[in-house]
Amino acid sequence: MVRGFLIAAALLIAPAAAFAAGDAKHPHKEHWSFDGPFGTFEQAEVQRGFQVYKEVCAACHTMDNLTYRHLGEPGGPFAAAGKWDAASGSWKDVHLGAPHHGSRYVPAPDNPFVRAIAEQYEITEIDPTTGQEITRKGRPADRFVSPYTNPYQAKAIHGVAPPDLSVITRARHDGANYLYALLTGYADPPEGETAPGGATNLHYNPYFAGGWISMPPQLMPDRVVYEDGTEATPEQMARDVTAFLAWAGEPKQIIRKKTGFATLIYLLILGGLLYAAYRQVWRDVKH
Amino acid sequence: MSGPSTYEPKTGFERWLDQRLPIVRMMHDSFVDYPTPRNLNYFWTFGAILMLCLVTQIVTGIVLAMHYTPSIDDAFNSVQRIRRDVPFGWLIQNIHATGASMFFLAVYIHMFRGLYYGSYKAPREVLWILGVVIYVLMTATAFLGYVLPWGQMSFWGATVITNFFTAIPVVGEPIQQWLMGGFAIDNPTLNRFFSLHYLLPFVIAGVVILHVWALHVTGQNNPDGIEVKDKADTVPFTPYATIKDLFATVLFMIMFAVFVFFLPDALGHPDNFIPADPLKTPPHIVPEWYLLPFYAILRAIDFSIGPISAKLGGLMLMAGAIGILFILPWLDTSKVRSMRYRPVARWFFLIFVAVCLALGWCGAQSPDKVIGQAGEFTINATYKPAAGGEQTLTATGHTLEAAEKAFEKQRAATVASAGAGELTTTVVKPFQFKVTQFSQLLTLYYFAFFLLVLPILGLRETPNRVPETIAKAIGAKRGAAAEKGA
Repeated sequence: MVRGFLIAAALLIAPAAAFAAGDAKHPHKEHWSFDGPFGTFEQAEVQRGFQVYKEVCAACHTMDNLTYRHLGEPGGPFAAAGKWDAASGSWKDVHLGAPHHGSRYVPAPDNPFVRAIAEQYEITEIDPTTGQEITRKGRPADRFVSPYTNPYQAKAIHGVAPPDLSVITRARHDGANYLYALLTGYADPPEGETAPGGATNLHYNPYFAGGWISMPPQLMPDRVVYEDGTEATPEQMARDVTAFLAWAGEPKQIIRKKTGFATLIYLLILGGLLYAAYRQVWRDVKH
Repeated sequence: MSGPSTYEPKTGFERWLDQRLPIVRMMHDSFVDYPTPRNLNYFWTFGAILMLCLVTQIVTGIVLAMHYTPSIDDAFNSVQRIRRDVPFGWLIQNIHATGASMFFLAVYIHMFRGLYYGSYKAPREVLWILGVVIYVLMTATAFLGYVLPWGQMSFWGATVITNFFTAIPVVGEPIQQWLMGGFAIDNPTLNRFFSLHYLLPFVIAGVVILHVWALHVTGQNNPDGIEVKDKADTVPFTPYATIKDLFATVLFMIMFAVFVFFLPDALGHPDNFIPADPLKTPPHIVPEWYLLPFYAILRAIDFSIGPISAKLGGLMLMAGAIGILFILPWLDTSKVRSMRYRPVARWFFLIFVAVCLALGWCGAQSPDKVIGQAGEFTINATYKPAAGGEQTLTATGHTLEAAEKAFEKQRAATVASAGAGELTTTVVKPFQFKVTQFSQLLTLYYFAFFLLVLPILGLRETPNRVPETIAKAIGAKRGAAAEKGA
């Protein structure tokens, strides 16, 4: 009992330091378009993000769980709407973005923007009729092409396999803020601190657990030339690619939130009616 | 309890069926005319809520199993495929994953309610024991299910838990290999876990039928813990309990929906979005929140007692923490059922709830985490320069690193002024209160509550006067409320 009181007293007097050595710096909380229950993605933002991913990240990182067709699904970076012309059997007046009057979403496999992106890639596969290896142009149904021919190559080239980016914002605590902080957070190491084992291929980044990361800083000013003319500052590129990866981690998140509102409204009305019924049933019963 | 059946078949078909299989009569007697104590509060709606949870998990689970691939190469990606490409797969997968947490939240409230109102006492011992059996099956099912997405936490959680079986003498290792289907967590493990994860919910459903059967034999307990004496104490299940259960269930569904639609990742661990990698151990391996208290008890034992290793001791206590619930009806000696009339026991119960929550907190922390410390680290040294003489150095710091840093400064200065010499150092560590010690105290209370408080207090406590009937209890409550109002 006495020991218990001593402990309690000690707790009051000397709260221990909240962090141990080697803990990563906490990312700053950024404001994101997709934050919160009403958050959504701006198409221009995720398009720029896709461009950064394509021209920078994709050189080393895989994105196994995405297909090109996902890019053209409602809410995706290249979702497009148009009018179906039954006579010619094709889509007319196709434009990027949500449908307005008279038009509707072009199914992703028919989406011309998606087809154009997919066709930029070469797919290597075995021709089932000849058994020979062939290459063909990519199609919307193909998965994002890996920069590696096999899973071992990634580790062999880089020493550490760069993580797959399909769900990266969900695979890290406070994913979007962390990613942005990491991409923009490269710094000179504090005085006297060196990479573990004196490694020369590690880079100091206080947001990374342990402080030393294999990935070199990537987002130098004007690393990409944005098609929409936005100035490619490191912060802009980091924001855009984070938004794209946050979208890619769960392409259905906007429909998820919308369905959520409908469900909650339904349940609230149902709850209200049931409460009224409950009061009615129990009105004469003492309980 | 149920009394003579009041069911009267109305149509020819019902009469025909009733003489051959009186199933409609059974449903009528169990869910329509069944007499329900009229003083039940909202804690009694969790039976219905749990029924909803079980059905939801089974229905969503069956659909998920149509799309999921139980293979170590494809499992992780097949879950992503469900979320991305299966129509409404994102919704079904979210409901199933969140549903597990909701199920446990509801079952914990249900169990604590039983504990507070003495629902385990005669004549409801078998009802309570069947409930504990359901809970054990639920934890097994949840553990198996958490392995299926084949993320880092799936893999390493399975590794840690199966590894604990090796603590059992002689048969431990064979049991572990038998569970894993090999020498490590691998494809055979995933396959059998999937098979069992599909099987156990139906076993749960079977035990739930027994649980409800036992309930309908003894009748429900109630917040006053008074047995039903006559019809004035009860109301028919339908419409009274039915409408209240429905209303409470919808309230629960609103909370459920908030998690499913707006906070789908809040209850999970980000590491489980990293595909399982047997070569890379995550820094902190933690189970899902609902198993954290037991995980804390498991890790609380960091010392061996004679032939019992720390690992085996932890395993025994963890098993004991659930096992003790089976004999709870015979540990509590109090004649009074509801803690509403037990002024002392009530406080011990509230502390018990707080202890369970604190154990959950401990389970999520690193066991070496320092919660508080008395004093500072001190490094004392005597320095004997080769030139002769003796100097004393002392450095302190809040952490060992800080003390070492401060000491290094002094040492360097001393060496610079007095020249090379011989150094002898001693480190004085302050008393540190770590998560492990906190878990030990909490574990002690957890077991003391069942093994000391309930048996002894039941004999020594003077309970408040218990009303003779439920009707009188309601009258007393109303009177008190009226007095307060006036």
